[in-house]
Amino acid sequence: MSNRISDETIEYVGMLAKLTLSGEEKEQAKRDMGRMLDYIDKLNELDTAGVEPMSHIFPVRNVFREDVVTNGDESEKILRNAPARKDGMFMVPKTFA
Amino acid sequence: MELLSLSAAELGRLIKEGRATAVEAMQAVLDKIGKTEENYNCYVTVDKEKALNRAAEVQKKIESGELSGPLAGVPMALKDNLCTEGMRTTCASRILENFIPAYSAEAVRKLEQAGAVIIGKTNMDEFAMGSTTETSAYGPVRNPHNTEHVPGGSSGGSAAAVAAGECFFALGSDTGGSIRQPASHCGVVGMKPTYGTVSRYGLVAYASSMEQIGPLCKTVEDCAVILEAIAGPVYTRRKGDFPQRGTEGGLSSSWTMADKGSPQCGTEGPRQGSPSPGGQETRSDARRSGMGDGAHDKAAAVMDSTLIVREDTDFTAALKMDVKGMRIGIPRAYVSSNEGTHESGRTGLSQEVRDAVLEAAGLLEANGAIVEKFDLGLTDYAIPAYYTIAAAEASSNLERFDGIKYGYRSETAQELHRMYEETRSRGFGAEVKRRIMLGSFVLSAGHYEACYLKALRVKAMIGKAFGEAFQKYDCILGPVAPSTAPKLGESLADPIRMYLGDIYTVSVNLAGLPAISLPCGADAEGLPIGLQLIGDCFREKKLLQIAYTYEQLRNMKQK
Repeated sequence: MSNRISDETIEYVGMLAKLTLSGEEKEQAKRDMGRMLDYIDKLNELDTAGVEPMSHIFPVRNVFREDVVTNGDESEKILRNAPARKDGMFMVPKTFA
Repeated sequence: MELLSLSAAELGRLIKEGRATAVEAMQAVLDKIGKTEENYNCYVTVDKEKALNRAAEVQKKIESGELSGPLAGVPMALKDNLCTEGMRTTCASRILENFIPAYSAEAVRKLEQAGAVIIGKTNMDEFAMGSTTETSAYGPVRNPHNTEHVPGGSSGGSAAAVAAGECFFALGSDTGGSIRQPASHCGVVGMKPTYGTVSRYGLVAYASSMEQIGPLCKTVEDCAVILEAIAGPVYTRRKGDFPQRGTEGGLSSSWTMADKGSPQCGTEGPRQGSPSPGGQETRSDARRSGMGDGAHDKAAAVMDSTLIVREDTDFTAALKMDVKGMRIGIPRAYVSSNEGTHESGRTGLSQEVRDAVLEAAGLLEANGAIVEKFDLGLTDYAIPAYYTIAAAEASSNLERFDGIKYGYRSETAQELHRMYEETRSRGFGAEVKRRIMLGSFVLSAGHYEACYLKALRVKAMIGKAFGEAFQKYDCILGPVAPSTAPKLGESLADPIRMYLGDIYTVSVNLAGLPAISLPCGADAEGLPIGLQLIGDCFREKKLLQIAYTYEQLRNMKQK
């Protein structure tokens, strides 16, 4: 049961989640996720045929607004939180090293 | 006069009468924090100077008559996942250790406009993921009733601060019980409103479809007063900041309860019929916050598209002592007495909690309520459905923490994708990573249908089961948690066991319902026990009336 998560799956999920796990963390994650999925399997006891998936309890619709700036220039306030910045922009490491 | 023993509403009245000042109240709280915070660790950030300066400003406005609301001058604490302009907001995570928001959450702005004064930001489980406040990157919070025990979570710092007298009230957020459960464990009142009642603008998102901001406080009266102040839409920016013309057509699609009632959520929306006594006074908010102008409502909906425009937010009108004829249902599965662990893996209800909750039900019955047990159904499926959905939404919401725009960044990586991975791997704690991994899995190709959509179908079924129950009952009564607060260090080793403790709270979030937690007793060690009352969507007033009645009856009984 708990070994339902393979090494490949953990690697793949780590990639999706953008997380690098150490060897020990991987083993722990395999165990934790396996147990949790075993537990989630409980949902399969229920017959949900014909039940629409409900993402929100109330109907949610898109809310539109005009595409105009309404809050003034807050770029300095925003950029102040950036770990690295240059010339009024966020600075990031090279995309291809 | 011992200021710290007063409720928020009592303090507000005293300040209004000129018998105390906002500055005295703030000084009393800060002195208390100086004495006891070392033991409890309720706060991540306290800004004494700012708090005292702001209290002095507010006091002037009270004296000039500019501020006259019930919370004017009252010191408050805010859970550290609520953005506060110019004040560090960490979500108790290393990844946000230096984040200074450029704006405040809408609920925070509304309270500041009402004259409440920020003391600081309270400790919590990292990104609100946890039930004990032990996953904080800034150390665990200790329960003021017994420091060997946790305060519950994830709003543990807020609940403990109220219990310890380190604030007069606090805001928390409730995604699966994160207001109600710590309120129960700390012996205070906590409420999660109907989904969409309080704007989530400025609340750092964890599971957006289920979370709501709500009060943690000393009395049911405080709860109503605070909820009245934070509910509903208000301008988030200055008036002139919003486009005034040419936007009506585009904005009018924002949903209001006038559109339709939800089949899952009982029969009445706030604008449809209004048998509740407070129902006629629909404009009390308009006076205070400028609400009532359709354009304002729409502007607020732009800030949070799930915000529901309600006109029945005069919650203090419900503070009446009367439960005659109220129909109260107790789900049998919520009070089944088996100790230990169920076959299904459900953690059994402790005898002491069960007795206290049933005694509370008895007190309401003795005063005219019609109390009966019934089968709610699907109880055992709420936790697996909840954790699937919460993890999925968490994995999506927490993608924004990438080391670029704010917070911590790993400096060792030379390449962008490597930087993302290192930043997130070092910045997030174990529980957050566990949920992001699970969420990424249930949303991944090949598992999306079997896991995620399955959980959303079960959510619909659970919502329907509650809808049917509320055809018969005004309120559902039960425990908040299966036991009183566990000891520190007992919970994190076995995550599933910890998740099982949320059995009585998570279905409320799945179904979007309002629910309140209030003290109803203590165990042999003196640790508080909480009573949970669950209402149909938009029936906060009924809940508050029943809760207020119970609170008054219990107070009289104890005298």
